[in-house]
Amino acid sequence: MAQRAIREYDGKAIFSKHWEKYFSGFHYGFKSVLVTNGDDLRKKAQEHGFEWLKQEALVAKPDMLFGKRGKNDLVLFRTTKPGDVTLEEAAAWIDSKIAHETTLLSGQKGTLTHFVVEPFTPHTQEQEYYISATTVGEDDVLYLSAEGGMEVEEGWEEKVNEVVIPITMDDASIVHLIRANVPVGIPAENKERFIAFAEQFYKFYRDQNFAYLEINPIVMVGNDMHILDLVARLDDTAGFMMADAWCGAEFPTAFGMEDQTPEEKAIALADSKSGASLKLTILNPMGRIWTMVAGGGASVVYADTIADLSGNVSDLANYGEYSGGPTTGETKFYADTVLDLMTRHKDPKGRDKILIIGGAIANFTDVAKTFTGIIQSFEEYAQRMKEHNTRIYVRRGGPNYEKGLKDIKEAADRLGLYIEVYGPETHVTDIVRMALEK
Amino acid sequence: MGALFTKDTQAIFWNNNASAIQRMLDYDYVISRTKPSVAAIVAPTSGNKFEKFFYGPDEIMVPVYRNTAEAAAAFPKADVLLNFASFRTAYDVTMEAIAIKDQFKTVMVTAEGIPERLARKMNQAARDAGVVVIGPATVGGISPGAFKIANVGGTIENIINSKLHRAGSCGLVTRSGGLFNELSNIISINADGISEGVAIGGDRFVGSVFIDNLLRMESNPEVKYMVLLGEVGGTEEYKVIEAVKSGKIKKPIIAWCIGTIAKHFSSGVQFGHAGASANADAETAAYKNTAMAEAGIFVPASFNDLPATIAQVYGKLKAEGIIVDIAEPALKTVPKVRRKKEFICTISDDRGDEATYAGYPISSVATPETGFGIGDVVSLLWFKKRYPKWATQYIETVIKTVADHGPAVSGAHNAKVTARAGKDVISSLVTGLLTIGPRFGGAIDDAARYFKYANDNGMTPAQFIDYMKKEGKTISGIGHRIKSVRNPDLRVSGLKKFAAEHFPATPLLDFALEVEKLTTSKKDNLILNVDGTIGILMVDMWRALGYSEEEINGFIDAGALNAFFVVGRSIGFIGHILDEKRLGMPMYRHPTDDILYNVELADEI
Repeated sequence: MAQRAIREYDGKAIFSKHWEKYFSGFHYGFKSVLVTNGDDLRKKAQEHGFEWLKQEALVAKPDMLFGKRGKNDLVLFRTTKPGDVTLEEAAAWIDSKIAHETTLLSGQKGTLTHFVVEPFTPHTQEQEYYISATTVGEDDVLYLSAEGGMEVEEGWEEKVNEVVIPITMDDASIVHLIRANVPVGIPAENKERFIAFAEQFYKFYRDQNFAYLEINPIVMVGNDMHILDLVARLDDTAGFMMADAWCGAEFPTAFGMEDQTPEEKAIALADSKSGASLKLTILNPMGRIWTMVAGGGASVVYADTIADLSGNVSDLANYGEYSGGPTTGETKFYADTVLDLMTRHKDPKGRDKILIIGGAIANFTDVAKTFTGIIQSFEEYAQRMKEHNTRIYVRRGGPNYEKGLKDIKEAADRLGLYIEVYGPETHVTDIVRMALEK
Repeated sequence: MGALFTKDTQAIFWNNNASAIQRMLDYDYVISRTKPSVAAIVAPTSGNKFEKFFYGPDEIMVPVYRNTAEAAAAFPKADVLLNFASFRTAYDVTMEAIAIKDQFKTVMVTAEGIPERLARKMNQAARDAGVVVIGPATVGGISPGAFKIANVGGTIENIINSKLHRAGSCGLVTRSGGLFNELSNIISINADGISEGVAIGGDRFVGSVFIDNLLRMESNPEVKYMVLLGEVGGTEEYKVIEAVKSGKIKKPIIAWCIGTIAKHFSSGVQFGHAGASANADAETAAYKNTAMAEAGIFVPASFNDLPATIAQVYGKLKAEGIIVDIAEPALKTVPKVRRKKEFICTISDDRGDEATYAGYPISSVATPETGFGIGDVVSLLWFKKRYPKWATQYIETVIKTVADHGPAVSGAHNAKVTARAGKDVISSLVTGLLTIGPRFGGAIDDAARYFKYANDNGMTPAQFIDYMKKEGKTISGIGHRIKSVRNPDLRVSGLKKFAAEHFPATPLLDFALEVEKLTTSKKDNLILNVDGTIGILMVDMWRALGYSEEEINGFIDAGALNAFFVVGRSIGFIGHILDEKRLGMPMYRHPTDDILYNVELADEI
């Protein structure tokens, strides 16, 4: 997992929580709400501390991890002229957006569910700056530009200064380095202010374990800072140290990716409850080749080999793994799920279905034990598997693999299923070739 | 640079991961290592001094320490740290190990999901210190026939099947730990096995990367060719390509990046590890495979053809005579059923022709012409060392000095009363011994403990007296009922004279005599008494014999000083018991006029 995106709202909340500690000399009035519909916003406006929602002109936009919201016409900041959006207009706009599916210019599709609403900040183009930080290779890189806004990506080379900061660099050297790399376009009266802010921004990014942090644009009006747009990813492996510091920020699923199938959701749920690892992604429910592979690395090479040898990646129906010593019950549930999906649709070209039960040589997992759950699943699905002319190919090594292979072969033979079984003397992915050549 | 590990490589294992350690020791036994590959265990919360493990059919003890520094000090040659701490503490454990000068050459980190910023700092600190970090998020690595990290290779059966029990000629580097076994198996089937293998780890930031390992293998003459199994994501493979193009690596490399499937799915599906996601075309598996092939690296058409490519390169090197046949070594077999021993004995052994004391047959220490006295026997059986003459003579002097102190002391009195009640020698002796403790005989212990504590902590005599006053304790070893400066205790004089003539140095006694000067200036009878002198000189003896302060504290805590008193005084107690038996004295009943009776009617509650 490691680097995971958070909402703009949560990113700003983290800024606000630590503002006094890092950004002394600057002011940031964290005025921002996260809502899911118009009524939600109206209700918020009645709460103490959120009177500004009724008093100020507003900006509303979706907060769902995708960028280019302006280009997608998903930022509400004007009704007739910029800065005239009222609470009621924002609420109505939000309700209009959640009523139907939205397709982005990138082709991503989904229903908008989360919006951030903030005061409209009147400012000039000259007051907009760009700042971001991330990790490149082994180093941190701070990006600084005198020009903020949507256009910064065009002409990146000329407009943006890159400050490469090695992981072990001390604070004094960092300050020196940033000072030496301040963009030339910064007006003289703002230069010291910008340098001070850039230093503080980097330390904040570093100490709060961000993996990526971008403010575009940041608007400087004297010592008032306005974070107009923010993109942030956190290093979630640091979560155990940062629980309070991160204000309970959640890691939402990317827009358009929410729609997991019920089967994928069920496996994810089983995975979250188990000490073992159970993963399932359905790539093509009509696919001909289904896999049940033990181990992460092995699951990748099976997927690679099926795509390479079948010549048609749409033959590959699913990707996933079961590993880390699942119980017999967990293995059976996983197998049930895969076999059920596999036997729902006939192959459009009338070909056999292929079930790959693969895996590398296990370290310490008892192979015979893990096969018990699969055999139990065979008993239940044998009829349906036969109706789809399923051919089963098994390859596995590790503790007790001889017994495992013998058991699964006997069970398949007894149930009248086609099966071929192989041990470590056969190359791990060679059953894919055998299955496709037959 | 040469091989990563040799048959002499020893590791310190951080975390008492008993099953992984046992697997290492089983491997050691099978390949006939002379020393176990795990020298010590670090377990901060364990209360044990050692853990028992099987070594073949027998058991061995592996010492346990509370921290890495102590373990390193005890085993300065153990240059590998196997860091099995959790992702919460693995960073601190590695940094602590790197900070120990000239100790660790390699640190293997198994934890998955160390915060990225900490992993980067750790990796950089290791590079700066010249320490190789394997991992994080790895099963480790192996030098077949020499040293195996933890769980690499799986069961012993698989290790032998995959020829991981003896060195072959391939250098193997993978990112995936799960496929490491599989690759070893492929290489054993299609070639002659591996000479050295490392799984570099699946996290985004790992210590040693492909190129580090391949350059080491290039310089290791035992490695004749390399197999690299990369992965989609990152650009590490390009460093290998550069090294091949520039001629830094001349040995043949066979390589494949897994995750070619990812190109078919625009986004959202994570194929493999945390580090496995392509941010640019150059990071895709297909792109890297093509680039490696163009650089002259042997890249199969598909993962499924990898075995054939290995067989082809191996066959060519064999035909050219670069690789020669390997003689298969004899292997020892680990018994299927092993029983843990309930007791451990490290001082004597009665299994041979003749029983031994710490390796010395009894006949070689018993009779006068052997030159061994009772002090020598004590040094062998109590401390498992042969002490020099002056020390064994001091022990004997102590035993003789404390043998008896008349019938009135509590222990002797108890022994006499019990003997007169008609009980046997053992019962009578035991009642006497049971009085030995904090008030009777215990002054030896306490004197040694407190004077040593003061001396260890650099207190001046005045500060020590002050300290004891604040603690509300009288100074053990100081003071006598009758004896004084003008009427010295001749036993003390004798001990001091012996020490002055025979001990190499007596720093603690010198300190105690300074203390005595101050106490006797207040009161004439506050002299260093015989208990104090014995305890203090015992500490000086052990210091002169080269024991560490911790070992000496261990002796005191274990009650070794009391033990000298027990042995000596038993002689006296037995004397009193035999005296009673000889005299035929009747049952003793204490006269009632010697007891103050003060009994009131109990209140009702």
